[in-house]
Formats: sequence, structure tokens, C-alpha cells
Amino acid sequence: MPHDSHEHAPIEADGPQGYYQHLAAATRSLLIEKGVFGAGDMRAMIERIDERSPAFGARIVARAWTDAAFKERLLAHGKKTMKEEMDIDPVVADIVVVENTADVHNVVVCTLCSCYPVFILGRPPDWYKSYAYRSRTVRDPRGVLREFGTEIDPGREVRVHDSTADMRYLVLPMRPEGTEGWPEEKLAGIVTRDTMVGAAEVQGSVQNRYCE
Amino acid sequence: MSAPPIRPRFGPGDAVTVSARFPTGRRHLRTPFYIRGKTGEVERVCGAYRNPEELAFGAYDGARLPLYRVRFDQAHVWDDYAGNPADTIDIEIYETWLEPAGGPTHGGDDSDAA
Amino acid sequence: MPDYDNIRQQHDMGGLDKGPVAPSEHEIVLWEKQVEAIMRLLSMREDQIVTVDELRRGIEEMPPELYDTIGYYERWIVSLSNILVEKGVLGRAELDARVRELEAGA
Repeated sequence: MPHDSHEHAPIEADGPQGYYQHLAAATRSLLIEKGVFGAGDMRAMIERIDERSPAFGARIVARAWTDAAFKERLLAHGKKTMKEEMDIDPVVADIVVVENTADVHNVVVCTLCSCYPVFILGRPPDWYKSYAYRSRTVRDPRGVLREFGTEIDPGREVRVHDSTADMRYLVLPMRPEGTEGWPEEKLAGIVTRDTMVGAAEVQGSVQNRYCE
Repeated sequence: MSAPPIRPRFGPGDAVTVSARFPTGRRHLRTPFYIRGKTGEVERVCGAYRNPEELAFGAYDGARLPLYRVRFDQAHVWDDYAGNPADTIDIEIYETWLEPAGGPTHGGDDSDAA
Repeated sequence: MPDYDNIRQQHDMGGLDKGPVAPSEHEIVLWEKQVEAIMRLLSMREDQIVTVDELRRGIEEMPPELYDTIGYYERWIVSLSNILVEKGVLGRAELDARVRELEAGA
């Protein structure tokens, strides 16, 4: 029986609140009453996360596609480069940028929990956090990618990254044919979230199984 | 008061084996079960970080440990690996979980062809 | 109770087969965003009140019946509230009382 049916509470915007929602409200209200943080701090943090999306990662990818020297710096020092040169702060200890090539396709998973670069890709999709993805990607990455409609040529190397420590990963997908001369903004527009996790490759147009 | 310098025991290219330790009891481990006892190659030294095994129980002032990204052949990790024999998996592992490949603690894994 | 003698911990699932990856996506709702925000507010401050490591450990130690059945943000709030009680930031009695008040008023 798949676990994904249990992965999230049903959407009950106006429905009765369950125990966990009450537990969350109780925790929140007590922490605020005790002065640990304020209601304003909570709103600000939610906004801070809400404003993050795959668009941030896509801009980084687009710049790497058009500026080879930037790309080398990014691959060597992910967080430092994106922060200093693009004013994109990933917040975590470091971002490891791994480059897809004709020889290697990278895919990222966190088997132990669901570590994900939230401040450069937004919140992770349900599938990334699912027990199915966490359990199977390390052992059968090609099979999992196939479920996304992504077939990696048997001659290429699939490299899985199990994100077990403080680093978070950004896959730098390959630039598709037919995009020569495109400005960065247009290039960023075809880079989807799934391609930056390694579940898909960038198409000339957006054609991924899981929409954002 | 400055902390003593952290000297990584391993460097890029070193063959290392993940300790075949399977602790029980209350614990927080960041070395996945599936990689214990497996042998790979250090891809890079990631720096030094406090031990999550201790941080998980409130020990915030612990010493930093070198952390390594280690690359493994998937065909070595999984007996039934069905992909390209060239496929690999990279995992970040703390120094306390690594031994030089072929060292005294190695030998817990019969499938190791090294 | 968690089984501390189980060689493989319940969250340590790399290599197991937990089924096909489902394409469903759910829209995050406010209480879930609030749980996430609380975790970050507590762990990202200079004087860390909790660490991400403690929060993860709190999930790992959860009874299997819970771990296998409740959702992602449910697991986080269970862990978060337990760790806060464990560390004396909140009292168990006051937390339970507040939950009961909210349940009564809902």
C-alpha cells in the first residue's frame, strides 16, 4: 500500500480542525505568550519562505548557461557565488551545484528526512518528501526517473546525491538545443523545479509530468 | 581561546570504508543504513561540522568533525543493481564513520570486491 | 513506544521499497506554514532554542504507529512540541491544557 495517501492532511480550509492543527495552534500561542517570538516574527518568516520559488534556482541556472566563468565559480563555491554575485542567499551551510553533462545525470534525494534547498527552490513537492521517493531513488534511480517520464540513456552515468548533512544540492541541468542566443530571462523561463532536483531534463518547452 | 585545528584524516581520492556499525538504543545517526560496510572514494573534504549525533541530544558545544563526500559504485552498494555499472551515489559522511579501505574494521561485507 | 533495538530505524529507508511515487501535490495550508515557521524561528536564531538535529531525532523516535500514518507536517509538530517539552521550554500540562481549550472552542 503506498504511503503517499498518508503523506499530507486532507485540505480542510473551512473544515473542523484536527488534533495536530490544535497542537500547532497551542504550541504557537504558548511560545508567543512566553515571548519566545512574536506573531509578527511568524508572519515575516512565512512570507520569507512564501516568496521563494524555483524561479530563484532558474535564474542561477540561466546565468550558469550563459557565463562559463560564473559557472565554474558556482560549481566550486555554490553558496558564496550565488550570494555574492546574484544576491540570492540560500541560508543553509552551503549549496553544492552538480552539473549534468552528456556523461552524467545527477539526481538528489534525502533518504533520512527531506532536506531540500527551500530558499532557492521554494518548498519541496510532496513527491520529494514521500517515503516512495526517499526509499527507492538511491537503489533504483532510473526506475524512479522513469515514473517521472524521464529516461536516462543507458550509456550515461546516473549519479545520486543523498543529502545527509548540512549541504543542499542544486542540479544544473543541461541546456537544450535550440536556445542559442537566448537572453537569461528567457532561459530561466524554461528551467523547472523538477530539472533542478534531477527528476527531469529541460525541454525546449515545458513538458514535465509534475506541474508546479 | 581558540579550538585546535581540525586535521582531516582523509583526502580526495582516498579509498574509505564506512564502518559496519549498527548501534541500537536511543540515537540519531546520519550515516544511512544501506551504506554501512561499503567502500568508496573520497570525492572531497566538505569542511568540519559539529556532530549531529550529539546535537540531536542537546550537546551544542561539541568538537567539529571533518565531513567528506564519498562516492560509491551503485553496483557495489546493491547486489541487484539494475542500472549502468558506471552509476554512482555520493553521500556526505562524518569522519567517525570512515576507515581506510581494507583496514582492520573492514570485512563485515562479503560483497565487497575491492 | 519506539523500538530502540531495531537495527534499522524507521526513517532510515534508503534502499527499501515504499511503492510508486505518486504525482499528487497538495497546496500547503496555513497551519502547516506556521509549523514550518516555528521550526525555523527556533532553530535559526543565534541562541538556538532547538536544533534541526533535535527536531529530526524527535521524528525518528516517534512510535511507529504514528510515523507510518500521520502526514509530513503532523510529524513535525509532534516532534517539535515533544522536544520543547523535553527541553523545558513548554510544560506538558500547559500544552495539553491549551490543546483541550482549543478543541473545546473549535
